[in-house]
Amino acid sequence: MNEELVLSLRHVTSGYHGGGLLRRGPYQEVLHDVSFDVRHGEILGLVGESGTGKSTLARTILGMVSPDCGEVVHFTKRPQMIFQDPYSSLNPAYTVGWILEEPLRIYGKYGAAERARRVGDMLERVGLPEECLRAKPAELSGGQRQRVSIAAALIQRPRFLIADEPVSALDVTIQSQILALLKALRQELDLSYLFISHDLNVIYQLCDRVLVMKSGRIVERGTVEEIFEHPKEPYTRQLLSAAE
Amino acid sequence: MKYACRRVAMLAVTMVIVSLLAFVAFDLISGDPATAMLGTEATPEKVAALQKELGLDRPLLVRYGAWLLGFFTGDLGVSYSYHQSVWDLIAPKVAVTLCLSLLSFLLIAAVSIPLGLRSAVRSGGVLDGARTVLNQLCMAVPPLFTGILLSWLFSTTLRWFIHGQFPALSADFWGAMKYLLFAAVAIAIPRIAMTVRMLRSTVRQELQKDYVRTAISRGNDRSAVLRRHVLKNALVPVVTFLAQTMAEIVAGSIVVEQVFAIPGLGRMLVASISSRDYPTVQAIVVILAFWVVLAGAVADLVNQRIDPRLRLGGRS
Repeated sequence: MNEELVLSLRHVTSGYHGGGLLRRGPYQEVLHDVSFDVRHGEILGLVGESGTGKSTLARTILGMVSPDCGEVVHFTKRPQMIFQDPYSSLNPAYTVGWILEEPLRIYGKYGAAERARRVGDMLERVGLPEECLRAKPAELSGGQRQRVSIAAALIQRPRFLIADEPVSALDVTIQSQILALLKALRQELDLSYLFISHDLNVIYQLCDRVLVMKSGRIVERGTVEEIFEHPKEPYTRQLLSAAE
Repeated sequence: MKYACRRVAMLAVTMVIVSLLAFVAFDLISGDPATAMLGTEATPEKVAALQKELGLDRPLLVRYGAWLLGFFTGDLGVSYSYHQSVWDLIAPKVAVTLCLSLLSFLLIAAVSIPLGLRSAVRSGGVLDGARTVLNQLCMAVPPLFTGILLSWLFSTTLRWFIHGQFPALSADFWGAMKYLLFAAVAIAIPRIAMTVRMLRSTVRQELQKDYVRTAISRGNDRSAVLRRHVLKNALVPVVTFLAQTMAEIVAGSIVVEQVFAIPGLGRMLVASISSRDYPTVQAIVVILAFWVVLAGAVADLVNQRIDPRLRLGGRS
């Protein structure tokens, strides 16, 4: 068993107070005692219906929300995230070249020539033609935009990537292209993923292990075979039968 | 570039229509200027002679053409009340009003953009409430009143400038600018309040968008997100709004020039309307209209530079 970890969550509990106008509303728990590890080189799937706290979990991992209890331990630097909607998550005012170069500029380690080289290299890796550099997101298709998002997330060479429903806004043929790309990039760049989806077919195609989440709790976990062939929880069976 | 050419062509067409309307309207309401000029001494022979002299016996469109041509050759006819070339009469006033408007505009842009950004980020709390009240107050007070207040404070009380002694632009440019500054502040205050409010709401809308979340996750700090990501997107409606402001500034300057006794176009306009000096009124109206239409065109061109998607017609 490869025990090298990239991420570890221990008893993470997170919630918020309802929005009362004058006083705080009742406490609403979104994540309840969530613990899991992401191992080096694996693609861990996180599946569950909408509203079960998957996105809150992703935000908690990236530190955009701090947990009320428990801890998130990163074993890699600068984890990155790919967002769901390729149409709205890229700034419409800038060119693809600018968007890709930005993270490199922010951490300012490289000169202009080296930045351009890295941008060009990453563009090639995600399978986009060079002309795209001068295009604005509005001029690209949904699949191309998601490739741009992936490239922008990978440009700083993170070792761990969170993908929050990265293909759910795309149509099926484009979906499988993007999934194939993510799989290939894992090999080439030695990545580990936490892959969030509500789509079991996508999870089945891509993941090594799966977490099943319901109402902020992890109700079942196991390898893809275990979950898909021998689901134990009634909720998992329900999800599986709904997907068929 | 193609877009710019089209926009300029559109501008020219608009100008022709505006000037034609102004010309025909004043031709209709003014009655016979020859009779008016001669007053009690009018006899049919004298009237006919003067009509011929003024070229009024020609058909309307011919007169319009000649008048429009006059705009480019500096011959806008003769003022009825000053018996002087309209062009010589209004040229120095155009310069004064131009300076006043540009000064007001610069004030508005320079103050409201940073202020709007700040107030968008720091929302909530008691201070925010106080700011909202102040903002409403500034918006509600008309430039006329602010103007009176400012001229009382800075002229009568503090003697920073002497009310009614406007130095000629050519003689003392900076002195004139100083004088104009107080009037510009009076014009700018309500427009600054409006622009701040507008910028605040567009920036807050932009801050909700997904690309902001992406920008943060890529390692931008708050101010970089605001300056580099949000402002560029929030600026498009604001530039359009500022162009409308240009029109309001011109309207505001008519009133404020009265309050501060500034010899600009606005004062001239009011004076020539009361003396029914139609050639002068006509010229001023067309110049003001041109100013407003030009501001709109400039705003479109600037917006198109900020956001080339507008070139394609419509935002996605």
